[in-house]
Amino acid sequence: MSAPAALVDPRGLRFSAALTSIVLAVAIIAPSPQREILLALQAVIFAQAAFASPQNGPYARLFIHVVSPRLGPPRELEDARPPRFAQQVGLSFVLVSLALLLTGFATAGVIVAGFALVAALLNALFGLCLGCEAYLLGRRVTSKGPIQRTHRPASPIHESL
Amino acid sequence: MSDIGLLVVAVCLVVAVVLGLAHRLTRGRIRSRGEETVISGEDVGARLGERATVVQFSTAFCSPCRATRARLEPWAAGVEGLAYIDVDAESHLDLVRRLNVMRTPTVLILDARGRVVAGGSGGVAHREDLRRIQDTVAPLLR
Repeated sequence: MSAPAALVDPRGLRFSAALTSIVLAVAIIAPSPQREILLALQAVIFAQAAFASPQNGPYARLFIHVVSPRLGPPRELEDARPPRFAQQVGLSFVLVSLALLLTGFATAGVIVAGFALVAALLNALFGLCLGCEAYLLGRRVTSKGPIQRTHRPASPIHESL
Repeated sequence: MSDIGLLVVAVCLVVAVVLGLAHRLTRGRIRSRGEETVISGEDVGARLGERATVVQFSTAFCSPCRATRARLEPWAAGVEGLAYIDVDAESHLDLVRRLNVMRTPTVLILDARGRVVAGGSGGVAHREDLRRIQDTVAPLLR
C-alpha cells in the first residue's frame, strides 16, 4: 500500500461506460452470430481495461483525444483500482454470457449479458459504479490495518492523462 | 433482430433507471437513530463541537465524499458551536463497525454530549440535502 495508485479522470470512466452500454445493448438485440462477436469484442475491451493498460483501450483513447480536449482539465482524479475491479466483474459476466450462448442457452446468455448492461447503464446515466462499491465492501471486510488516502485534487502534472 | 433481446434491453433500461433514481432519492436522507450511541472526541481524533458536531465518514476513492465535505465544512465553520469532522473510514474500522457505517459518505449528527441524533448515507450533493442537515442541527444549537 505504500506505492501511490494510478489516478484516472472519472469522466473518462463514465464515457467508457456509455460506450459499453451501447455495445452491450446492440449485442443483446442483434441476432447470432453478430451478437456473439460484439460480446467477444466487449470482453476484450473489458480485459484490457482490467488487466493491461486502460488508457490504451479504444474507449479511453476516444475520450482522451476527442472528448477530453473539449471538456477542459478534470476537477478531480480517482483511484484506478475500484474501476479496474468493476471491469473484471463486467468481463466475468460477458464471458459467462458467451459460454451460455455458445452452448445453446440463448435466453440465459442474453439475460446474463443484461446484468452487465444494467451495471454499465447505472454508471453511464448516474455515475454509479457497482463494481467499485463491491470492491470497497470487500476491502472493509478483509482490511487488516490503516490504508493510505490516495485521492487528491487534480494537479497540472496529470493533465497529460 | 432478436425479440428476447429487445425485451431484455428494455427491461435493463427500466431497471437501471429505477435503481439509479432510488439511489438518488435515498441518498442524503437523515434518519433519526433510535438507540443511544455516543461518540467521543477520542473516537474520531478531534474535539467535538460545543453544541453539535457533524461527523462525516469518507473513504479514499470517493468523489461524493469530497463533494459532501466541500459543502459541509465551510457551512459548519460559519456556525458557532458546530464542529465538522471528517473521519477516514478505513483507518477507523472499529468505529465503522460499531456505528454500522455501510457506505461512504455517511454523515452523523451529534449533540453536545456526542450522542448520535441522526444520520444518513449518500452525502450532500444538492441544496435540499444540506438543508435537511441544517434543519436537524438547528435545534441542537439553541
